[in-house]
Amino acid sequence: MAVPKLEQLSKSVVQGPSLATGAIPTMDWMDIPVVFKPGNYAYPAKADKVAYLNSQPGLYFPNSREWSPEDEDWKLPEGWKEIILKGLKERLDKFRSLKIFMDCCVRCGACADKCHFFLGTGDPKNMPVMRAELLRSVYRNDFTLAGRILGKMAGAREMTASVLKEWFMYSYQCTECRRCSVFCPYGIDTAEVTMMLRELLHLVGVGINWILEPASNSNRTGNHMGLQPHTFKDNVEFLVDDVESLTGVRPNISFNRKGAEILFITPSADVFAEPGLYTAMGYLALFEEIGLDYTWSTYASEGGNFGLFTNNETMKKLNAKMYAEAKRLGVKYIIGGECGHMWRVLHQYMDTMNGPADFLEKPVSPITGTVFENAASTKMVHISEFTADLIKHGKLKFDKSRNSHVKATYHDSCNTARAMGLMDEPRYILDHVVDWVEMPENTIREQTFCCGSGTGLNTDEIMELRMRSGLPRANAVKYVHEKHDVNMLSCVCAIDRATLTSLMNYWNPEVGVCGVTELVANALVLKNENRGELDEGLRTLL
Amino acid sequence: MKYAFSFLAVIALVLIAGLGSQIPGMPYLFGVALPYLAIMIFLGGSVYRVVQWAKSPVPFPIQTTCGQGKSLDFIKHNKLEAPDTTAEVVARMFLEVVTFRSLFRNTKSEIYDGPQITYESSKWLWLFALIFHYSFLLIVVRHMRLFLDPIPAWIGWLEYGDGLFQVGAPTWYMTDIGLLLGCVLLFSRRLITRHVRFISLMNDYFPLVLIFTIALTGILMRYFLRTDIDIVNIKQLAVGLVTFSPTIGVKIGAIFYIHLFLVCALLAYFPFSKLMHFAGVFLSPTRNLKNNSRAKRHINPWNPEIKPHSYAGYEDEFREFMVDAGIPVEKELAPAKDAE
Repeated sequence: MAVPKLEQLSKSVVQGPSLATGAIPTMDWMDIPVVFKPGNYAYPAKADKVAYLNSQPGLYFPNSREWSPEDEDWKLPEGWKEIILKGLKERLDKFRSLKIFMDCCVRCGACADKCHFFLGTGDPKNMPVMRAELLRSVYRNDFTLAGRILGKMAGAREMTASVLKEWFMYSYQCTECRRCSVFCPYGIDTAEVTMMLRELLHLVGVGINWILEPASNSNRTGNHMGLQPHTFKDNVEFLVDDVESLTGVRPNISFNRKGAEILFITPSADVFAEPGLYTAMGYLALFEEIGLDYTWSTYASEGGNFGLFTNNETMKKLNAKMYAEAKRLGVKYIIGGECGHMWRVLHQYMDTMNGPADFLEKPVSPITGTVFENAASTKMVHISEFTADLIKHGKLKFDKSRNSHVKATYHDSCNTARAMGLMDEPRYILDHVVDWVEMPENTIREQTFCCGSGTGLNTDEIMELRMRSGLPRANAVKYVHEKHDVNMLSCVCAIDRATLTSLMNYWNPEVGVCGVTELVANALVLKNENRGELDEGLRTLL
Repeated sequence: MKYAFSFLAVIALVLIAGLGSQIPGMPYLFGVALPYLAIMIFLGGSVYRVVQWAKSPVPFPIQTTCGQGKSLDFIKHNKLEAPDTTAEVVARMFLEVVTFRSLFRNTKSEIYDGPQITYESSKWLWLFALIFHYSFLLIVVRHMRLFLDPIPAWIGWLEYGDGLFQVGAPTWYMTDIGLLLGCVLLFSRRLITRHVRFISLMNDYFPLVLIFTIALTGILMRYFLRTDIDIVNIKQLAVGLVTFSPTIGVKIGAIFYIHLFLVCALLAYFPFSKLMHFAGVFLSPTRNLKNNSRAKRHINPWNPEIKPHSYAGYEDEFREFMVDAGIPVEKELAPAKDAE
């Protein structure tokens, strides 16, 4: 289970017998069973977490139990096969995307080598088209005429326990990054397929702990980390102290304050662990500088939403806290911090699920007067949009030399790039605060590569998998590191800040990871500041 | 094996039509009854499939943005890749359907020692697909000359353009070669490219073999096996079919019935196969939605009634800690019981 040495893995990804590197499997894919062994699966969800989620109104997480993927018997409930097929039928009726994506694939193979999991593992079942075929084969068997008549000849197969195990294996080797959907001539989005597979698996009690524990924490305490209100407050206050000792300016903060103009929500990881902490310090310094009338919330203290990686009901339930809290506090609108999947939920699901937010106002920057028309209905503005607007109006004073220790590059997170189209705002900001270069063109913007550990896969027991799936991203960073001496990988995603750090430590140990707002605050000249030489910006140890 | 089956299936179809049509009385089956049946299956089946798709709602706006979304005034909006208006969506879809834009983006990755991964533009699939689909389309359009009387002038222009090189007699059409070539290229690609070979099913080989054979029989009929191929007779039958008064005059050669039967097989197979992508592409939610989901609320017709874990429940659990930490609460702590 230990992660292989760098030299070993470097050879393995190139030479290992895999479809990516040239070997053609001799068996038909349906005849290759999955084998679970330590290191190739994430730990199953703990029974008490599943039971807790199942006890929550609106959620359904049956069959809580202790089990292991390595066991032959997964202790599936009575009639599990009918449950799955019925669940599939329901979802075909509820999601046009699923029907279209099941029916329209022509297996042209354009998606095959676009997946970071496929590139890093060479496992043919990690080609996006194959991941969908795992489900499509069952769909054909039970829901199409050709499949019913011709069976295996038409690519159909029966739902069996070994099929279910295969679903578990490969729906948790997909980070729903949607890179394949950019290249598909029909826009088939494997994220939709993976989401459906995961939803179906939850119907029979098959899920992983790294997702369900944060989801249950988030439901109960308001954040993934399970920080209780006082602890959350303490954590932010530590950061306030740090900002003060570094800059001489003490950010003024408040929690759960009624009547604030703006509610600020960011992933809780930002107030919990490095290097996200520095991004959070960046928010504090930035908001203090412009005198923003805002509040944090301990109840809605999580921007992220692991419901997105679970099922749409959980996503809705967790997301609903944001509007509920905004309404309770009577704020005008919400600003959201740097996070990838959080912003997928906010941009594509929130308003539909929990809107209309008619108790909020159309977002207007109190500093520049800019109306954020693109967020007119959801009433939630991305920190990069907000900051870029401040810069455009000359409201921030920067000394770029304060970032002279940094040569940055920028990683588009999958969700902000492909599910939002937020690409140039962070770049506009970077242009003003730091010296930076782009990674190669096939690895950025809409073609960006996932960190390899998104959708709740950033757990340590699958570290080798993560290092493999993160290889395409790490390799692009290595390129700019060698060519341009890049030493900092900036991003606007909290999961990235955690996972890319592990990834860089492994593949490119000389490159650090930071949030864009950290770089903003590094370069920001504060009014009334009293700051010494900060050689490493907000990371400087005094 | 999967492709061998496809050949066998098509050979069987050829034999059925070739032999069957020579039995007295059977030309009506192959020339009239089956074409009507096939077209009914095609139309009915395609409409059924589209209706089935349309019956499922699009609960969430899941557009894939392939460029900068509409945002601040000074951030340049990529209207084609992250459309904000209906017109922009139409433009995106038009280019997708007409120029196969997503395939145009295709890259090929290789892993070298280091490790070093490279991505280079790979337009072969795009080119093959373009040759195949456009040849097919133009051939179908050219065939309208058989069903329309009088023949519209534009069909003549099309034929002139298609036979521009004036090779052979009768003049060879570029699209005939294009369709054959397209089938061969797409089929070979399935055999040679390792990824694609691994994922290919009989459902992928069969239509290519079938369409190739349709093109081949058409070409044989036009250029080589001209015995009993009287275009006046065939036109009479074709016009008869569309005017619901089909007649088969004199004997028509077996090659014609083979060609027609294979077309019927294709039409009947169409709605039950991946070939429905011709309609599905228009309905794909990642491509046909506007990226305005924060500006305008998208409605989910089955939006379930789910409330968050309530603030009141949260405060009840953590009130003491909150009061201690100076976090505002809605309800103050109950006075301690041992106060008396």
